Amino acid sequence: MASLTLVQAINLALVQEMEKDDRVLLLGEDVGLNGGVFRVTEGLQKRFGDHRVVDTPLAESGIIGTSIGLAMAGLRPVPEIQFDGFLGPAYDQICSHAARMRTRTRGGLTVPLTIRVPVGGGIHAPELHSDSPENIYIHQPGLKVVMPSSPYDAKGLLIACLRDPDPCIFFEPKRIYRAFREEVPEDEYVLPIGKARTVCEGEDLTIVSWGASVVQCMQAIEKSERSIELIDLRTLYPFDMEAVEASVRKTGRCVIVHEAPKTGGFGAEIATRIMERCFLHLEAPVQRVAGFDTIMPYYKLELEYLPDTERIGLAIDEISAY
Amino acid sequence: MPITNALTTEIKRISILDEHGQFDAELGKDLIPNDDLIRLYEEMTLCRKLDEVAFKLQRSGRMGTYPQNMGQEANSLGAAYVLNQDDWLVTCYRENCGLFHRGLPPEKILLHWMGDERGNNIDPALCVTPIAVPIGTQMLHATGLAWASKYRGEKRVACTFFGDGATSEGDFHEAMNFAANLDIPVVFFCQNNHWAISVPGRIQCSAPTVAQRAVAYGMDTIQCDGNDIFAVVYCMRKAVAMGREHGRPFFVEGVTYRLGDHTTADDARRYRDEEEVELWRQRDPLIRVRGYMKELGIWDDSKEAALAEKVEADTAGIVHRAENIDAPDSDDFFNAMYAEIPPDLDLQRRTRRTSSIGQDPSQIESTQATNA
Ligand SMILES: Cc1ncc(C[n+]2csc(CCOP(=O)(O)OP(=O)(O)O)c2C)c(N)n1
Ligand SMILES: [Mg+2]
Repeated sequence: MASLTLVQAINLALVQEMEKDDRVLLLGEDVGLNGGVFRVTEGLQKRFGDHRVVDTPLAESGIIGTSIGLAMAGLRPVPEIQFDGFLGPAYDQICSHAARMRTRTRGGLTVPLTIRVPVGGGIHAPELHSDSPENIYIHQPGLKVVMPSSPYDAKGLLIACLRDPDPCIFFEPKRIYRAFREEVPEDEYVLPIGKARTVCEGEDLTIVSWGASVVQCMQAIEKSERSIELIDLRTLYPFDMEAVEASVRKTGRCVIVHEAPKTGGFGAEIATRIMERCFLHLEAPVQRVAGFDTIMPYYKLELEYLPDTERIGLAIDEISAY
Repeated sequence: MPITNALTTEIKRISILDEHGQFDAELGKDLIPNDDLIRLYEEMTLCRKLDEVAFKLQRSGRMGTYPQNMGQEANSLGAAYVLNQDDWLVTCYRENCGLFHRGLPPEKILLHWMGDERGNNIDPALCVTPIAVPIGTQMLHATGLAWASKYRGEKRVACTFFGDGATSEGDFHEAMNFAANLDIPVVFFCQNNHWAISVPGRIQCSAPTVAQRAVAYGMDTIQCDGNDIFAVVYCMRKAVAMGREHGRPFFVEGVTYRLGDHTTADDARRYRDEEEVELWRQRDPLIRVRGYMKELGIWDDSKEAALAEKVEADTAGIVHRAENIDAPDSDDFFNAMYAEIPPDLDLQRRTRRTSSIGQDPSQIESTQATNA
């Protein structure tokens, strides 16, 4: 078993799946010779050829639109959108076509593609390189949305997406691309889409989070004296409400943490489900520690925007005192 | 029926002062007066120096990712020189030299890349939009800005800049189509620097020129040596005349080269040959102007040395101003969102919290009161 970063784990998943299945091909801006601007696809063009790892014109709508065609023709395209902030031009293709093709044709045509997108802030990047738009795609019926927070999960979940019969968006939290390493088995394994991971168990309260925020939550938990259960949703649609429910029934208190803006964020959905399903078990109102309802500020102020251990810690204390 | 020709077209290429120092006296006649030429050379030199300094700032952790403009200075500078002060300049990030010519304080550009929105807070009198980060989007804004001039019956034009990569985006084509079909006086200036990060021009445009894309939209076009300030000025005069006199758009392809990495986050050695870069170093827009001015007898080594000293001091001042600005008020990113801050956002601003108890701790006190 090797100790890998998130970047390396994703690279490994791509290599293994491409070796196994020649329908898998990668396309996007700078993914080939340059190995992607984050080097996630490093070495793959050399290994699999430029017909399977394709540098495309600079056009996100084109990348996704042609991927839809490739997928309808029976291939397994893995388009990369270089940064979260550049999903915009692809929105129409993703939501008006990829997400709808199966239902429009009542299963006649399907779009098994996996869109890889680096996501989130915290790396001192320029404008539009730090956004958290996951909720837009969770809200679009017909898509599966996945966001791992560790190298081990990334490998298993990416393979699950690549084999999934429906369109998946695989968000890669860039803040933790190289932040830490983890043992990742060389052997193939698949983690099911729709299953959360209990990062640590506890009795006093539950934290639900995903992506790079999971790491902030772990640090906040370490600092706290309370017994806290942390659930990493890992997949945002479909999502594992059972795991959340079981935990909140046990603890009676829940804090949801995400980078995306609070209002209309996915935390709102989780909180509502908890209210619906765990009402009589709740000891306190569910709390959300989220990004503010502003545009992500440029990097001088980005740490003011992102949920950090301090804000998470305060919420832990407050909800515990309730 | 015989087969006839539906269209025959040709695209002119303009080169006036070439890399070998050859000057076309006919085309170049009265194009740029000597005093202006000296000033333009000084501006390019300052821009080049600032690029070097910015690179070092990034490497020493004093600035975030920065895209160098090195080698491309003549394009935006030649354009800004021809444009009127109230013509719109709608740029991306390799137009520093033209923006400085217009009057943008250079520290604004540094501030932008230092992660500070105040770098985009530009005096409206400059008629400059902030650096566009999403590639290929700003040409539509230029088209709208020029449309507004037309609507008001003004003679202003808009000039928009973008790279070869940007011509692959759908918005680029929509902008061209709007401008051509609705008769809007926009100048589309493509800085074809041969690369879009690691992707070669051939992937963005497999036709022999980018300029010919304009032909498909029914727009007049010209290609110029973008490393030749004379050629750029010549083409921009045509472009601007088309806008002002005929209310029509015009497309200029400036053939140039990105001498540096894409940005400081890039390493171009991974994907392009050193020989190619070396070839283009010989075609540097500054070298040929310097040589030409010496030939004219209006420039010499002592002037060059004095200029080097001056830009050294000027860039130090620019960096000082950028670095010594007050830390941004962290209320800024809340306050700048709307003309009037909505109450819920204001609550987030005041409390710096999104959780309801954090925003209103009295919730806890009241439960404790009821429980007691
Ligand atoms: C919509 C969008 N997609 C991707 C990017 C990432 N990106 C930044 S610059 C660049 C290449 C731009 O190439 P070109 O238009 O030729 O301009 P150049 O950098 O060469 O001046 C890319 C892909 C972006 N900023 N915006
Ligand atoms: Mg380019």
